[in-house]
Amino acid sequence: MIPAAFEYVRATSAAEAISLIAEHGDEAKFLAGGHSLVPLMKLRLAQPSVLIDIGRITDLSYVRDAGDHIAIGALTRHMDVETSPVLKEHVPLLAHATGHVGDPQVRHRGTIGGSLAHADPASDLPATTLALGATYVVQGPNGTREIAAGDFYHGYLTSALEPDEMLTEIRVPKMNGAGWSFQKFNRRAQDWAIVGVAAWRRGDESGVGLVNMASTPVLATSVSSALASGASVEDAARLAADEADPQADLNASVEYRRHLAQVLTKRALAAAS
Amino acid sequence: MEITVTVNGTAHTAEVEPRTLLVQFIRETVGLTGTNIGCDTSSCGACSIHLDGEAVKSCTLLAVQADGSSVTTIEGMASPDGTLHPMQQAFMENHGLQCGYCTPGMVMAATSLLKENPNPTEEDVRIGLEGNLCRCTGYHNIVQAVLAAAQS
Amino acid sequence: MTMTDQPTGILGQRLLRREDPALLTGEARFTADLVVPGALHLAVLRSPYARARIRSVDTSAAAAAPGVTAVFSGADLADTWGAPMPCAWPVTADMKNPAHFPLAIGQANYVGDGVACVLATSAEAARDAIELIDVDYEPLEAVIDLEDALSDRVVIHDEIGTNRSYTWDLKIEESEGAVDAAFAAARYTVKDRYIQQRLIPAAMEPRAVLAVPQPFGGDMTLYSATQVPHILKVMTALTLGIPEHQMRVIAPAVGGGFGSKLNVYAEELLCVALAKRMNVPVRWTETRSEGCQATIHGRGQIQDIELAADENGRLTAVRVRIIGDMGAYLQLVTPGVPLLGAFLYAGVYELPKAYDFSCTSVFTNMTPTDAYRGAGRPEATYAIERAMDSLAAEIGIDPLELRRRNFIPTASYPYEAFTGLVYDSGDHDRAATLAAEMIGYDEIRERQRTQNVPGAAKRLGIGVSTYFEMCGLAPSRVLASLNYGAGGWEAATVRVLPTNKIQVVTGTAPHGQGHETAWSMIVAEKLGVSPDDVDVLHSDTAIAPLGLDTYGSRSLSVGGVAIAMACDKVIDKARQIAAHQLEANPDDLEFAGGQFQVAGSPDRVMPLAAIAFEAFTAHNLPDGLEPNLEAHTTYDPPNFSWPFGTHMCVVEVDTETGQVEVVKYVAVDDCGNQVNPLIVDGQVHGGVVQGLAQALYEEAVYDSDGNLRTSSLAEYLVPAASDVPPITTGHTVTPSPTNQLGVKGVGEAGTIASTPAVINAVVDALSGLGVRDVPMPASPNTVWSVINAAQGGSK
Repeated sequence: MIPAAFEYVRATSAAEAISLIAEHGDEAKFLAGGHSLVPLMKLRLAQPSVLIDIGRITDLSYVRDAGDHIAIGALTRHMDVETSPVLKEHVPLLAHATGHVGDPQVRHRGTIGGSLAHADPASDLPATTLALGATYVVQGPNGTREIAAGDFYHGYLTSALEPDEMLTEIRVPKMNGAGWSFQKFNRRAQDWAIVGVAAWRRGDESGVGLVNMASTPVLATSVSSALASGASVEDAARLAADEADPQADLNASVEYRRHLAQVLTKRALAAAS
Repeated sequence: MEITVTVNGTAHTAEVEPRTLLVQFIRETVGLTGTNIGCDTSSCGACSIHLDGEAVKSCTLLAVQADGSSVTTIEGMASPDGTLHPMQQAFMENHGLQCGYCTPGMVMAATSLLKENPNPTEEDVRIGLEGNLCRCTGYHNIVQAVLAAAQS
Repeated sequence: MTMTDQPTGILGQRLLRREDPALLTGEARFTADLVVPGALHLAVLRSPYARARIRSVDTSAAAAAPGVTAVFSGADLADTWGAPMPCAWPVTADMKNPAHFPLAIGQANYVGDGVACVLATSAEAARDAIELIDVDYEPLEAVIDLEDALSDRVVIHDEIGTNRSYTWDLKIEESEGAVDAAFAAARYTVKDRYIQQRLIPAAMEPRAVLAVPQPFGGDMTLYSATQVPHILKVMTALTLGIPEHQMRVIAPAVGGGFGSKLNVYAEELLCVALAKRMNVPVRWTETRSEGCQATIHGRGQIQDIELAADENGRLTAVRVRIIGDMGAYLQLVTPGVPLLGAFLYAGVYELPKAYDFSCTSVFTNMTPTDAYRGAGRPEATYAIERAMDSLAAEIGIDPLELRRRNFIPTASYPYEAFTGLVYDSGDHDRAATLAAEMIGYDEIRERQRTQNVPGAAKRLGIGVSTYFEMCGLAPSRVLASLNYGAGGWEAATVRVLPTNKIQVVTGTAPHGQGHETAWSMIVAEKLGVSPDDVDVLHSDTAIAPLGLDTYGSRSLSVGGVAIAMACDKVIDKARQIAAHQLEANPDDLEFAGGQFQVAGSPDRVMPLAAIAFEAFTAHNLPDGLEPNLEAHTTYDPPNFSWPFGTHMCVVEVDTETGQVEVVKYVAVDDCGNQVNPLIVDGQVHGGVVQGLAQALYEEAVYDSDGNLRTSSLAEYLVPAASDVPPITTGHTVTPSPTNQLGVKGVGEAGTIASTPAVINAVVDALSGLGVRDVPMPASPNTVWSVINAAQGGSK
């Protein structure tokens, strides 16, 4: 319940945050909403010696129409993503999926950037932004670079972010009227998904992201290929677990997870078609 | 470090360790013990308060994160003359509490819920309270209380 | 809500609870809220191993840490304990009970077993110093599986030489060999094994303790989040050698218990012992993760049950074999839990004297088990109610019809059961009929015919559970026959103050049940005053010195009845004063509406208020009568209380995912006369959801090394509002003939009835797929696997 002691510093801009993390090194961590990190610290599963609070960088909280895509500031809170009229119109799948993160209290504080940078494959948003073909903008000591969501996730809680970089913006292509569905399967509403499927479909194009089906979020490319080749939803959904490598845990065996991925993909595609 | 948090309308300035949780600040520094601690994994919602008008779990925030913010706790809900807040009144009239330990958090979450969705369905209420656990009531009367408060 | 036959008056009204304003405004003080200057904070280092020899404990670095006052290992405190931690229920003369101390000495026996502790000036300093204690452990093989424990392949406690704590038998036969003969002659038999998974009680308030010594007088005040301040006082005094009259225990606002706070815990003894030793207040507040490991668990049984029935499906014999999981040690009433179920394995059914029950209980390297809401009775009810469905399937008749054929007939009450216990009242057919009407039983059966076709995505099921609660613990002589270490009486004092306000002192210890409201209603009804004029004092052994606390749905049927009896004594005394003042014969006085009236003379009246004042001034009392209007009663009930009812549950099972959705739940409970139906319904709602949670969500999961994998509320799935259905309650009212209020208990009924109702519904939904049983919790993965196995798959 009581975290180990640490030093606390505040950044007022992305540039200041990056210089602070360079200064404090490996033992430092960014604190955004804190809803991934603080629980780990309370159980002393994480014991950073320095926390750099980026939660007050207000200019990283926005949702903007940028033409072919929507730009979302990394420190935009879940509740603001969930209720954003711009996102509801242009990327309804992301707004809807964000409404399934944690619970309302968590969504009032947690941020989209914090959730993505934490790189938890059981979290709803990495797989959703992956399915949507999002691009993440990260800023480091040498400026900014863009990383495709498909290149971002390297393993369990590890990503392409360098220790001295921070995620600043998420760019999500507009869905342009695509059908979509988010299927989150869990035992209690507040919990992580046992398996989740974020899917959209427009003509021959589609995207299917899987939550909690490997050490990273999974893009079910076999499903999309099959659909593009004219396969039925039922047939395509049978391929849902082809790119997955799930683990067993208290709630699901490996076999059951694979089965659920197929069932939920079928349901998601049926709803999106 | 020194922080200032306005709690139920009164500014409190104090020196805190960075690791001090907001719930500890409220309970130990400000001395308002109505906000309860029920878990250490952000699961139970007993510690729910309003931070700048929205329900949050005060065990998952550092006090330093709330520096400069305004907090409302369960002690700030009833009128100074003792009149219960409509949500408190609805909990009482619908027997929405038994042991009362989850109740402050439940009331804070429920008022935040109604602020965002003034006319919820029963399903909306159940989903809206997904982050608050109660072991006594089976939730039936809590849900009835929130629906009744929405009507009042 | 449907209800019939409830008498009218203050009793039976849905009075709002007087407890609520303090709880709703944050004004109520739980133990962790109490502020005591100078208190030291206790933190406990717990074993990370399920079984390990403690070679050495180096406390030097921790002792040198900032803010640390003292550090102790188990060995350091070995001389502190006058006796091991108490087990008050030695169920057999030869029961094995390994010595259990607040901090382990020599060997730790479960993950969470205390090994060392720190006292520091802040909770932060205590927590930080815990990490600096260096323990040299020699990990030993742990025993997790009950049948493995039974084999004694690895013996956990060397000093007792076996993992078997006891075997307790209850064999009841009309003549020798009756059970075997009945099984041999039976037209139908079923034999099933059910697993009662371990559960974590998870009261929302974690445990908390504050011990405040009075160094120069020797007195000790213990504040604790406990259900049992009186029992705790006696046991703390005995264990620590503190004279009992110098021990005071106070249970402030307590946030739920469900049996988990019916105990004497290591941290309570540590705080008291260290407060005494250091001469300063010592406090401790449990973290939830700590609580998952170090507060008792519930259930934990393997049940083998066999039923024999004649050609009409009427039961002719029942045979039960239990393996009980005690965990690493015996806590306060651990060994008695299976015994509380032993009398209920024939449920609400007629059974000849052909019953064979045996329970063997074993030690394992897991958290000790103990009483958890229902304690033994939910387990028994689950087994008989599941087995009745099994029998109905075997015979090929509707499960409700099978139950009706076996119900104890209403006309037979009071009914002497095969065990010799007398069930005071019952009307099972009426409760079942009402429940069936409310849920639309026949209509659901009709819908099943069209919905549950081969390949159906969602299958519909309905489950029935009929039950007896057997509560109101209990007649002291019956408890003696079970070797329980205390009586079952309850004490009450009713005191009419000079201004006609009334104080009630009760030995019950509420922690959410609303006793203050309910007890004030009883007094209001009896004395003709407003409930607002009645104050209820409790949960402080200095104010309410006599009592046996709150558990086992005993508070109303024992403690509440004691209050009514004390009111009668007050009325008797008041009658003498009134007769004296009115110059009338006491026998000619009628008491109603709060005043005495001379029969037939409406102008010759004396209100209780005037009598109270006369009793106080004592200026003009009858010769020999003591001043003041106060009476005390200690009531030992003549029988258990026998609430009963029928619960029904409708589920839909998604055959693709295995997900169970409860679409409708009806609870019909008969707890006799209801003091406050608002509170009764609340008890039912909460109990039902707690039992439903066992059926669908909860399990304390250990890995094979004895690590608890569900050690927080993120992994241990206490359901939220979003995860459970609304509950429809109905009631029949069959007053108890054994007490003047006609009341029974209701605290555990929901938990007892709901678990089998839910699982019976799930199995019913899947019966067309060849499924005969679904283990608990019926998680989606489990249900999916069961369907696959029934369909011939291997998953």
